[in-house]
This record gives sequence, structure tokens and C-alpha cells, in this order.
Amino acid sequence: MYGIGVLKTLSVTFGRFLMTYVDDARWFLKGGFGKRYSPEALPVRQSPGGRGVFTVQYPEEKLPLPENYRSFPFQVIDPETGKSPCTACGICAQACPPQCIWVVRATDPETGKSKREPAEFYIDVSVCMSCGFCAEFCPFDAIKMDHDYEIATYKRGDGEYLWGLERLSKPLAHHAAIHPTAYAAEQAEK
Amino acid sequence: MTAQNSRLPEVPPELQGNVRLMPWDKLYNWGRKRSLWPLFTGLACCAIEFIAGAASRFDMGRFGMDLARASPRQADLYIISGTVTKRMAPQVVRLYNQMAEPKYVIAMGACAISGGPFKEAYNVVSGVDKLIPVDVYVPGCPPRPEALYNAILALYAKMEREPISSMPWYQEGENEGIPVPCLGPDLVDWKLTEQTPLERSK
Amino acid sequence: MSEETKPTAEILSTLEEHFPGAAQPAEYEGLVVAPDRLVDVAAFLRDEMGYAYLSCVTGVDYPEPTAQFPARFETVYHLFRSHGGPLTLHVHADRDEPSVPSLVSVWPSANVHERETWDLMGIRFEDHPDLRRILLWEGYEGHPLRKDFHEVYYEADHKPFSSRHPDGQPVQAEERAPLGRNLRYPPDWSEGGDLNPPEGWEPQAEVAIYDPLEERTGGNGRPMPTEQIVLNFGPQHPSTHGVLRMVARLDGETVQELEPVLGYLHRCHEKIGERNVWLANMPFTDRLDYICSMSNNFGYAVAAEKLMGVKPPERAEYIRVIMAELTRILNHMVVVGFFTNDIGVYLTGMLYGLEERELILDLFEMASGSRMMCNYFRFGGVARDLPEEFLPMAKELVYERLPRRVEEMDRFLFNEIFEVRGKGVSVLPAETAVAYGCTGPLLRASGVPYDVRRAEPYSVYDEFDWDVAVAYNGDVYDRFVVRFEEMRQSLRILRQALERLPDGPIQEGKSRHNVKMPEGEAYGRVEAPKGELGFYLVSDGGRNPYRYRVRSPSFTNLGVLGEMCRGHLVADVVAILASIDITLGEVDR
Repeated sequence: MYGIGVLKTLSVTFGRFLMTYVDDARWFLKGGFGKRYSPEALPVRQSPGGRGVFTVQYPEEKLPLPENYRSFPFQVIDPETGKSPCTACGICAQACPPQCIWVVRATDPETGKSKREPAEFYIDVSVCMSCGFCAEFCPFDAIKMDHDYEIATYKRGDGEYLWGLERLSKPLAHHAAIHPTAYAAEQAEK
Repeated sequence: MTAQNSRLPEVPPELQGNVRLMPWDKLYNWGRKRSLWPLFTGLACCAIEFIAGAASRFDMGRFGMDLARASPRQADLYIISGTVTKRMAPQVVRLYNQMAEPKYVIAMGACAISGGPFKEAYNVVSGVDKLIPVDVYVPGCPPRPEALYNAILALYAKMEREPISSMPWYQEGENEGIPVPCLGPDLVDWKLTEQTPLERSK
Repeated sequence: MSEETKPTAEILSTLEEHFPGAAQPAEYEGLVVAPDRLVDVAAFLRDEMGYAYLSCVTGVDYPEPTAQFPARFETVYHLFRSHGGPLTLHVHADRDEPSVPSLVSVWPSANVHERETWDLMGIRFEDHPDLRRILLWEGYEGHPLRKDFHEVYYEADHKPFSSRHPDGQPVQAEERAPLGRNLRYPPDWSEGGDLNPPEGWEPQAEVAIYDPLEERTGGNGRPMPTEQIVLNFGPQHPSTHGVLRMVARLDGETVQELEPVLGYLHRCHEKIGERNVWLANMPFTDRLDYICSMSNNFGYAVAAEKLMGVKPPERAEYIRVIMAELTRILNHMVVVGFFTNDIGVYLTGMLYGLEERELILDLFEMASGSRMMCNYFRFGGVARDLPEEFLPMAKELVYERLPRRVEEMDRFLFNEIFEVRGKGVSVLPAETAVAYGCTGPLLRASGVPYDVRRAEPYSVYDEFDWDVAVAYNGDVYDRFVVRFEEMRQSLRILRQALERLPDGPIQEGKSRHNVKMPEGEAYGRVEAPKGELGFYLVSDGGRNPYRYRVRSPSFTNLGVLGEMCRGHLVADVVAILASIDITLGEVDR
């Protein structure tokens, strides 16, 4: 009969619509109003087994980021030395596909010879494609990929997107917090 | 909806100080920002994240923005999502001109901010702010949908501070729009003909 | 290498019999054919030897003589039979006014590729029906892919640039350019130095698009004096395919002629590819077909590994197949969703497709670090191993959720409305599809069961038990029947792969950021969700590619759009475009 197909399609839509209420009712029975938007419910609602409303209510709820997530690079500051293990070897600058890393090697003011540390280090974040090659090929674990994505700005000029060493430096504890498995593997190697 | 958990950028001083917001400004801005209709268009990869941001997981409808209009006459917000090439530049400017004021622009993604990873290419405009004025920039390649929402919240913060009395689009006089570039041996950008670095240095 | 030279030697001896002196072996792969015999040799290969499918036409610039041949412009053709690797034909043209006979009369798929070679490399094709620029616009100065063309922000021929380290003071590209922008005009452009265009200059770009459309159509033969109008679709339009522009000549609502206008997202991928080191092209391939980034990575990895002669370990191969098949399901769900958006369901179907995409993207983010731009494959393996949470979630998706959702989407799409909109619309016969070089679901819906995973198996696809999806009517309806069947077959492959995933290393040797490829050339291809994605790589033994060419399925499939839309209504055009399934990132590159 003409129209059966349309009714089947509508049953799909209507079924999903009803399912959202059924799912809400299930969460209500588990813990009352608001249980469906609690932090315990979020991973269940966002998993393959989740039925019902699939929305993440940003900014009140945020999806937890996996460890490997790549936002922009940062330099890891060792708490003992107060500096990063970067030796200004330049491999990150060579590996970067859009060439958005600039490294100035430090020189000893007395002897004039070059030191194994960066005097200046810049990343042009408006060109960076978040590929992670700098972090992947750094032989000294000095540069890692951050998880921070809330960095909208109102302006572009005056070096707003040219991040220098101060803006790029974050403590080792930050690296350990966002990359637990990788940090544990690095510590085990030492 | 409040923005307690997310970190908004600092609204710069020239947008903050010295404006007195009257109660009708606050009401007007609240109404405007709660129903900001984006233009239903995208250029490249960031457009897919914009569409994913409008889809059910990140739901733009919570912000009143799910009514994306295809016609620029009906849209308030132009999200430049993707690389602006020289071939597309005239259309971007034309779309911006056709939008009715008040209108806002978000440059989404590295390519819209500065040309991004394709900056060195011969057919890419190094940033859409060479063509049209931009209100908020979102870095990322591509930025997550949540990063786009962070930018929208930043835009809200900016919109809240706009008093009706001093906004350019409520003043007298007609806005002629930005001259549309055309395609010659390279992109012919009319802004350059008035003030080029070569002339200035003479 | 030896498997390729054996059939080539056979073909060379057959050609010697029929066309003595026309062909000789090329430097690395294939045959060099004399330009004046090219069309006859091509017709012979197509009719007698079964090479019905011309996949890719590439122009290569050799300003210096190579080991065996002098300085030249070379046009390279890749031909395929129903099974096996490519037959490569090289045709030489001289440096001053390079000109080669056109092969459009033999294989219509050469049409768009030859236009692109003329546009970017400057090789003229004699007897081409319509030789105009396709990615850049008429009036543009220069042919960018030539070795002597330096873009405005040019720093050096090859990366890494020495200005970044050890004395890397950041300098924005705009500060180095004479005009402060990415613009350059010919020296005779304006007198007085104010950059105003010369007196009486009119832009030629639009004229070059509308004029051929007017010329090609004859009269409509109707007694009443009616007028045909030219209508522009795009480049901004609410169908979610990106910045594609189509120019159509309409008689009322019926399309008489239609032509896609490309180049609105031309990001100079191939020129940047020549400047990058080999591995640095991997994140750029993510941005080609930006919906299916893992498949693009796969194609480049397969081509580069052919050149290097490296085989990844088994675990890496299985992981690659898992990622590729998940990408195929992701793409087809999204395409079905976008199609329902285009035929009028506005957002519902799109939201359903995007929901499944989100869950698969969660898996990709867990493994590779980014939702869309995965950058996961390396030469000889994959970048990092799968985290522990990956397998349980993948199994739940593949065994439980995705089969249910695929069937639900099937019920959602296949109803009477879709039958009326899809059956009999834009029927593409099998011979036309093959002659125009179509691949992917577009080809298989016309009854040709050609799938690169079966024709030239790569990775471990021949270890799995699966079928090629095919349908026989060649209309819009059948293309989606094929896509749904492909999703079911992908689930079948995924079940086998997840079950048999072996342990072991994920990378052959150490992954280096500045690897040196041996001299030679290679054409590697994969079955991307949209069709055959091929990479033609030429290496001169250095750390950067000499020529890097992407053969994208969407670009070639668009060549047949005009044929398919003729005689249909405007509303059908949107449905036809959605059923071809294109992504502008790989059309324009």
C-alpha cells in the first residue's frame, strides 16, 4: 500500500523521540531530577550503549578528553631545574609541516659558544595544524601537546598568536596530569 | 545559562570602559544575543566541525542558533569556517555585504585567522580579516565544537557591552559595504589601490 | 617491481608488432610513447588489450635532464584493466611550447585531468574539446606547478627552512612580501605604481565560464519564442557539500547543460607537497577528504611504502584496516544524512548520521589524538598503539550499535518518497561510467563490480571474507543501495579484524621525520569511501618529493556530472550531486 514506507520512516523518528523520554525516566528512577545531567551519567549517555538524549551541555558539562588529544604544543618545565629539557636541537622546527616553530639557540655571553638551551622559542599558533610532530619527534620529551581548547580571542595583531617561551611553558605536573600513561612510561624508562 | 566553568577571554579595554549601558540596552542585547542566526555556509574542514557543533551532540539550539539561514539577508552571524581562497574571496565579501546589520563575524580555524597551514600557497588569502572585519578568532585546526561555543560565549560577552546609542549601525548615513575584489592576474583587492606600502614608503 | 615489469614487457612486444618504434621502456616504470602515435596506441590498448579505465593524467616538469632522457615536460597516464596494477605511459613534450595530443576521444575521463594539467603545468592538449583553466581562473598569470614558479611567500625550494633554527627570529610571511599580502601583479599591470587596473581592463574569469555554456547548446526547437536562462548554484548554498559552483543552462526547470566550476577551495596541496619533507605531507593529506582522514592517510602510506619497499607489521595492518573500515561506515552514514538534507528532510537524517559519526570519532580521538585530522599512519606502520579503552568500545559499536543503526537508517531512507526521487534519476550506463573513470559506489551502482580492495589488494584485505557490493540500475536509488550494502560488508570485515587482531609491533623500523626515499616513482591507491584515491609520487632520491600528485575520486567523478544532469529538473540536480558524494577538499586539493 502506498504510504507504508512513509509510516515506517516516521516510526523511526517517533521511536527515537519516545526513547528520549523513556531514558530520562530511567535516570529519574535512579536518582531523581537532574540525575541524567550529573557527572556520573555523562559517560554512560555518551557511550555506544547510550539511548536517549545525546547532548553534552557545554559549558556546564564538558566531555573528558582522551589522553592523546592534541590541541597546541607546550614546553614542559622541570621543577628541579626550573627550565625545560629543551636543548634547542631544532628537530621540532625541522619536523613541523607548516614551519611555524622558530628557535634561537642561546650563546654563552662570556665564551661566545652556543649553549644547549633555547634563548627564544616561538610558535605561531595561527599557523599550527596540531599535527603533533614536534611532540612526537622531540628526543628530550621537552615539548608535549596540550589539551586546552578554550582560547578564543578578540584580536589577532601584536603577536597575539605568536606564543613565546613564557606562554608556552607549563610545569611537569601539568604534563603528568593530562598524560598519565605516557608520563608513567617516561619515568619507567629513566 | 551561565558561563561559570568555561574560561572566556578578557574583553579588551576599548570595548569595556566608558560606555554606560542603560537598562534598555541590556534588555535589547540580551534578546539579540539569544537568537543569533548563523549563515548556513562553510568553506572547508572547519565547516564539518561547525555542522557537528550544530548537530545533536553539541546542539546549537540551546543557544538559539539552530535556525541557520541559507540567505545572508536573514542571517546575523557569519562563521568563516575554512580556508578563504582568492577565488572565493569575492563571494565572501559579497555575502558579508549582503548581510543586514547588526552582523558579526567569527573567524574559525587557523586558515580563517591567518591562512593557517596553507599560508604559503599561491591561492590562499592570509586570513579573512584582510577582507572583512572579524569579531572573534578561534584557533585550532580544526577547533573542537566546544571551542566554537567558547568563541560564541566570547561574542556574547562582546555583544552585552554594545549600547544602542553609539553603535555604528544605528548612526545616520548609509553603509556602502566593502568593495568586492575581482579576479585578474592575481586577486585585485581594491583596498590596496588606496594605500599600499609602496606608496607610503615613497 | 618485477611484477610490474613483466606485463609491461609483454605489452611492449605486442605494441612493437602493431606500432613499430612507437614505444620504449621508461626510466622507472611503464613505457614512453611517441606523441604522434599516442592516440592510435591508446585506442589499441583500450580496444584490444582491455585497458578501459584511465585513472590519472599527471604533468611533471623536468627542467634538468634525467639519467636517460633530456629536459622535458612529461605527461604520465595511468591505465588499469579489471585486475592488477597500472600500465604507465609517459609522453614527452619539449620545454618551450609543450603540447601533447589529447586523449579525450579515447577515454572521456581525461577531460578534467587534462584541463588541470594545462592549468597548473602549462602543457597544451591538442584537440581537447574545451581547454580552459579549471582550478584557477582565466586571466591568472603563470602555471604554478612548474619548478620555476615561486609563490609570493616563497622562502626556499625545500623545507626545513634554515631561517627557523638555529637563529630563528620569527618573521611573519606578510612582512617579507613586497605588498604586505599574498599578492603579486605582472610588472606592466599599472602605470604610476598605484596598482589600479589598466584602462579598459575587464575581468575575464566569468566570461570564460558562461561563454562555452552558451555555445555548446543548440536551440530547443520549440515553436514558442522562449528563452533559456543560465543559473548559478553556489558556491554558497545550503547543501552541505562545500564551495562547489554549478552553472546550468535551463529551459524552464529542465537542465539543458550543466557544468561544475571548481577551484573555490584550491589550496595548492601539490605545490606545498613538493616543498614539504615526505612525512610532513601526512597531516596535509588529512585535509584532502576531510570527512575521511584515515583513508587519505592510508593512500599516502601505501604509495610511499611502495616507493620505499617497506611492509608494515601485521598488527599495524590490522589496525589500518579497522580504521579504514570505520571510516567507510562513518562516511556513508554522513552521506546518507546529507542526502536526506538535500532532498528536503532538512536536518533529521543529518542528525542521525552525525550521531554515529560522533561515536566513531571518539574512537579515532582515543587512538590518534584528533577527531578529524588524525595523522595516524606512518611509513611502515601507525603512529601509536591502540589504548586499552579502544577495543571494548569498538567491539560494542561494531557488534551492537552500528548494525542496529544501519538497519534503522535503511528503514528511514527507503520509502516511497525516496523511490520517486531516486529511481530512474540520472541513470549512468556501465560503459559511460568506466569511460569517464568513475570509481567507488558511483561505478558499482552501474553494475561494474570494480573495487580496488579486490582488483589490486593492498594491506591485508585478501585475508578477510567479504563481498563487493554492486547494483545494476545506475540511478540515485541504487547508489544508496550500494552504500548500505558496503556498510554491512564493512561491519563484516570489522568483526573479523577485531576478532583476529594480533599482538606485536606497530612500526617497521624507526619512524624518522626526514626520511630519504630511494629514486623512482610509484602509484599507490586505496579504495577510499568515495572511490579510488591514488597518489603518484616521483622521487629524486632526496628528502622532499619531486612530484606529488593526488588522484582524487571526487574530482574525476565530477567529470560525469554534466552528462548525468542533462534533461533532469533542478531539484534532481541536487539529489544527483548528493548521490555522487563529493568533498571539495579533494576536488580542488
